[in-house]
Amino acid sequence: MTETIRGAVYRNSYRDSVELMGIAAELERLPGIVRAGLVMATPANLAVLAGAGMGEAAADGAGPNDLVVAVAAADEDAATTALGRAGALLAAGAGGDAGASADKPAAQTIGEGVAELPDANLALVSTPGTYATAEAIKALKHGLHVFLFSDNVSVEDEIELKTLAGRKGLLVMGPDCGTAIVGGVPLGFANAVRRGPIGLAAASGTGLQQVSSLIDRFGSGVSHAIGTGGRDLDERVGGRTMLAAIELLLADPGTTVLVLISKPPSESVVRAILDAVRGASRPVVVNFLGGDPDIVRAAGAHPAATFEEAALIATALAAGGDPNPGPLSLDPALAATAEGAAARLAPGQSAVRGLFSGGSLAGEAKIILESLRGPAAHDVVLDLGDDEYTVGRPHPMIDPRLRNEQIVAAAGDPDVAVILLDVVLGYGSNPDPAAALAPAIREAQEVAAAAGRSIAFVASVCGTATDPQGLDRQEAALAGAGVILAPSNARAAMVAARIAEHGVAAQSLVAGASGALEP
Amino acid sequence: MSPTAAAAGLLDGVRAINVGLAGFADPIREHGAPVVALDWRPPAAGDREAGLLVARLEDDPADPDEPLGATIRDANALALERILAARPVLLDVRPAAEAIPGLDGRMLLHSGPPIDWPRMCGPVQGAVIGAILFEGWASTPAKARALVEDGSVAFAPCHHHGAVGPMAGVVSPSMPVVVVENADRGNRAWATLNEGLGRVLRFGAYDEPVIERLRWFAATLGPALSATLAASGPVDLKAITAQALQMGDEGHNRNVAATSLLTRAIAPDLVRTVDAATAQTVLAFLRGNDHFFLNLSMAACKSALDAAHGIEGSTVVTAMSRNGVDFGIRLSGTGDTWFTSPVGVPDGLYFPGFGPDDANPDLGDSAITETAGIGGFAMAAAPAIVRFVGGTPADAIAFTRLMERITLARNSAYGLPSLGFSGTPTGIDARRVVETGIAPVINTGIAHREAGVGQIGAGIARAPLACFEAALRDLASRLHVEAAA
Repeated sequence: MTETIRGAVYRNSYRDSVELMGIAAELERLPGIVRAGLVMATPANLAVLAGAGMGEAAADGAGPNDLVVAVAAADEDAATTALGRAGALLAAGAGGDAGASADKPAAQTIGEGVAELPDANLALVSTPGTYATAEAIKALKHGLHVFLFSDNVSVEDEIELKTLAGRKGLLVMGPDCGTAIVGGVPLGFANAVRRGPIGLAAASGTGLQQVSSLIDRFGSGVSHAIGTGGRDLDERVGGRTMLAAIELLLADPGTTVLVLISKPPSESVVRAILDAVRGASRPVVVNFLGGDPDIVRAAGAHPAATFEEAALIATALAAGGDPNPGPLSLDPALAATAEGAAARLAPGQSAVRGLFSGGSLAGEAKIILESLRGPAAHDVVLDLGDDEYTVGRPHPMIDPRLRNEQIVAAAGDPDVAVILLDVVLGYGSNPDPAAALAPAIREAQEVAAAAGRSIAFVASVCGTATDPQGLDRQEAALAGAGVILAPSNARAAMVAARIAEHGVAAQSLVAGASGALEP
Repeated sequence: MSPTAAAAGLLDGVRAINVGLAGFADPIREHGAPVVALDWRPPAAGDREAGLLVARLEDDPADPDEPLGATIRDANALALERILAARPVLLDVRPAAEAIPGLDGRMLLHSGPPIDWPRMCGPVQGAVIGAILFEGWASTPAKARALVEDGSVAFAPCHHHGAVGPMAGVVSPSMPVVVVENADRGNRAWATLNEGLGRVLRFGAYDEPVIERLRWFAATLGPALSATLAASGPVDLKAITAQALQMGDEGHNRNVAATSLLTRAIAPDLVRTVDAATAQTVLAFLRGNDHFFLNLSMAACKSALDAAHGIEGSTVVTAMSRNGVDFGIRLSGTGDTWFTSPVGVPDGLYFPGFGPDDANPDLGDSAITETAGIGGFAMAAAPAIVRFVGGTPADAIAFTRLMERITLARNSAYGLPSLGFSGTPTGIDARRVVETGIAPVINTGIAHREAGVGQIGAGIARAPLACFEAALRDLASRLHVEAAA
């Protein structure tokens, strides 16, 4: 079959690649479209188009500021329809009123933005990483705090930015900072969390989302949640943003309890952070995933082994209650559900396959699975939001395609007993992730059934009732698709472990950092 | 400032600029916080290093340990203040050798950055030959050429002597020049008298009528104007420009209103100072030359920009100029260095029988008007100009709006009716040019590429961006700023 290659060029129309890839994905769903690509016509992107057999779609002379739409179609009509659809989607993305004769063009630079909003105090920078440092420097020089969502910013640049920010008394949240909540305003991929007395500082994006959502679920609320970027607690960066955030939250009259969240930082950074909270005027909960609880206690702070435990302790402290919630355990109904799923497994099905969109949620699940099942289990936990999976495609929190492919593939593996998932709600995430997952879950069960097996799906939904996607709606839809739901990521991992153990009473558990897990 | 003090303001309420993914602005807006969503695109056309250079040179008045950002801000504020405060007045008309310091012997000034004879374009070579014939240094074009090739004629850019010349911009010692003084700072600038359109020296024509006109300038027009100005006293050029901008001129390629206003201003003193026959020929010449005011406009702009030149740390452009081969700029903060790029052919309309293949690349010191915030930057004042490139009055307004994005301020002395009397965009900031990739727009005439043919059209040119980046790099090294990571 010969393909029809067609293209359109939009001159001087810069769009972010995430938006372009989203439109390309939509075009590929149209009948008769084999492939679609939307790129800014940089030499590298044109090479990609050529490599995809669509080089001829880029007109001669298209340059880096020109947008190229390329489609490979079964026939001319399909190609024409797709190009028309692309045009409509691009126009919608431009805000719809692009044709209206605006008296003054929209601000394009930070300087122009500040001229329009002279009392601005924050810049959200989510440009491609190669440009992010320059944008952040300009923002800081204009006296703006920076929420730096962009990744691919070098550690040297991060240090330069945080040094400049430190001199000026400003915060740099990031780079690679996915989420924050400042004074109730969500930044990036944040959840709609009730306001309250608990202040968070987190080097982990989905960790912050999980803890803040659980605080909401437990009936308390969040004053501010400050993201630091995943590398802030690296030895070279020295936790500069975390330390500034601690100082800030300790001085904030609306914050009565602090929660610090990170992967285990380097020893010197741990020391600096614990020094900063030693003798603090407010209780501090420290959740350094897999870290040593004793040094936290020695600094007068409360160690938490899991995100759920951190949320529980903080909520208890905020309410003036007992900050020792006891070990996490599965409630009887959930345990019974797990037993039921385990009973349907075929012989040989003994592994958990974790397919995660959130890096910290994957990390937590991995630690829990290892502590409950030991290193011999064939469990695999993948962070599908990691750079190695997201080159050239949107993050799995936005675009379900990659995870859906992995779900169906895992169902063909006779070893797999449980597919463990996270579903992250909130601003910026997929508008209906349960609906996006459902077809893959169905297909996976068909694949397994054809081989005489049944797969147990276990998930937790990270979100709140007021998130745009609605926690209740998403949980109901997932339950309808046959997914076993746990109220937190940690418990979902525990359920998965229980099922994969075939209901056999597990050995006594190595209980994470604080002895807080129970089988 | 302690981190807590500054950041506490953030906790009291987010007021955000969104740079990148458009969707991130929505939840902020939904939560009632103000947000400006930039229509962002990669700065410096995606050149990371050039973008970083701009960022490192950005204003920062509030850095306790690094004075650079305050230095640049203050330097630009001073440069801008000097440009806006300039009060150019026409004092006199004198022979160039008498008026212009350093112009003596067998020396000719030319437009644009420095260039030697072999590299000069056709029109400049033609004007050089014409000036030599006019001065009587040689009797034929061939002998004039030989004289130059002998090395017997010295060349220098007009800009190096406080002068400016349209197109070829050739100034010889005997040519009368206008003496313009910036009454704010007392500095002076000079320019030749405008010859009108058609076959003229500045477009490289050097046949007998061209030389004859120059002789009449030296013998009659210059002395008549000098005597008139002695009687009338200085003429306020800023006031004439301000009025002309409200009458359809833009001060570069459309000067009919300003020429008329000038003529009206000096006519009574002219007729009582010189004999009737001379007054008649002078007035007839002014009536027939809609562009007479151009050279005065240029000298006025030069006097304003020279006052702003030489301020350490300033990124303000103080000269843009072309010699038909190179486009060159100077920044206030980079001394007398020129930053050059090859210059292109303007986009425009041609006289019948000519087309782009006949055109010389862009030429002349007249882009000093755009540098000072009029000309192409005041296009909204003169919608007729955009018809050279098939434009509409809306396009003219759009050009001026666009130039607002690369300038530091609006000159309230030069209000534009079509923009609600908001001022012309003034003070080109090289950082903004590099960051936005918006090239300054320049209104211009088009010369034939061969010496002696003359003007063949008019149109609109854009400054090449590379020289702005080179100038910023030089400024950065003068300020000991690491140019790029």
